[in-house]
Amino acid sequence: MSQTSALVIFIAAIFTNNILLTNFLGMCSFIACSGQIRTSLGLGTAVIFVMIMTTILNYIIYHFVLVPFALVHLQFIVFIAVIAAFVQLVEMFVERFSPRLYFALGIFLPLITVNCAILGASLFMIIRKYSFLQSVGFGVGAGIGWAVAIVLLAGLRQKMRYSNIPEPFQGVPIAMVVTGVLAMAFMGFAGMVSIQ
Amino acid sequence: MADNQRPACVSCNTHRLCGGRGLLTLKQGAWASNPLAIQVLGICSALAVTNRLENSLVMGGALIFVCVGSNLLVSLLRKRTPHRIRMITEVAIIATFVIVFDQFLKAFYWDMSKQLGPYVGLIITNCIVMGRAEAFALQNPPILSIVDGVANGLGYAVVLAIIGFFRELFGTGEIFGRQVLSGQWYTPNQIMILAPGAFFALGIVIGVFNAIKGPEPEEKKP
Repeated sequence: MSQTSALVIFIAAIFTNNILLTNFLGMCSFIACSGQIRTSLGLGTAVIFVMIMTTILNYIIYHFVLVPFALVHLQFIVFIAVIAAFVQLVEMFVERFSPRLYFALGIFLPLITVNCAILGASLFMIIRKYSFLQSVGFGVGAGIGWAVAIVLLAGLRQKMRYSNIPEPFQGVPIAMVVTGVLAMAFMGFAGMVSIQ
Repeated sequence: MADNQRPACVSCNTHRLCGGRGLLTLKQGAWASNPLAIQVLGICSALAVTNRLENSLVMGGALIFVCVGSNLLVSLLRKRTPHRIRMITEVAIIATFVIVFDQFLKAFYWDMSKQLGPYVGLIITNCIVMGRAEAFALQNPPILSIVDGVANGLGYAVVLAIIGFFRELFGTGEIFGRQVLSGQWYTPNQIMILAPGAFFALGIVIGVFNAIKGPEPEEKKP
């Protein structure tokens, strides 16, 4: 595991081990915010940014604070605190320095704290024992993979608005089934590269 | 607990224990506004761990434990928590219970802990737990909050068990690792174990719940 190059992990995190379609992380906002391509693009961008930064921060904190002081069992609470604090910081920073970006991304930022893809990426990084460079590759790839998946679903859902769907299946259930088809399509990438 | 301003319980007509709304709360949480099938919250873990019935049951148990514990503690502290920092307080409380459960699994059921992987830790970001703490425990007395925690945890666990049952049955032809559908006439459908099967199964379960509940406008809230 430890000698896989960061580039391979990056590609794998987008296609073969897509954090959403194979690990099911970040489903809540995935279903809720995939109504329109514009919204999903905004959320996707915010997720990419926050995911890269929190993976790096959590890597540093885990290996230079938690491990030396034998506090590994506290990793969940530390990670989520880092994520929440970072999101808050970004929100204040963006609001102060770039109002336009704030209006584009701002409303999505609070949603990201509870996006399990972000916490999941940090946890996977620990469980799979990535090195620093691998973690960065994984963070970038996982973020882009998530964004790709949500934009794809948003496109599909926009098309589906004109389809004749049985009443109980309208809305969330059909989105789920379509995501299943999407996941199946992404399985076609399997074998291209592989991690774990 | 003796909160006499509240209307009496619809079921027992008293103010004992539940502050008057015990059964109603139970019914709301477990069926009428089932967190998974009706409100579509906390689906990440519902998809990820349901490839086997056993995993689904453990995950359901974990959620009941965390939901009850955090609801109780949030409710006990609800008058002392400043409004501005309530979110971070809730997250800290939830994380505490998740850590307890995770350490318990690691100590006594190592194999299970390995199989569930990061998904135990991800209960922290499970919207159900956070949602119940925020929407219910903050405004209600402790015992009623426990009832609400049990109800929502149960609603989640039951749906998880349904999905886990069908995925394991059709995916491997087994239940609890024991052969049920014989290999002679049934070819296990691998796709049910893999990721797409999870999406199909949950989509169908939600659809069926909608169909049973009758025509009601679809909720699309996070």
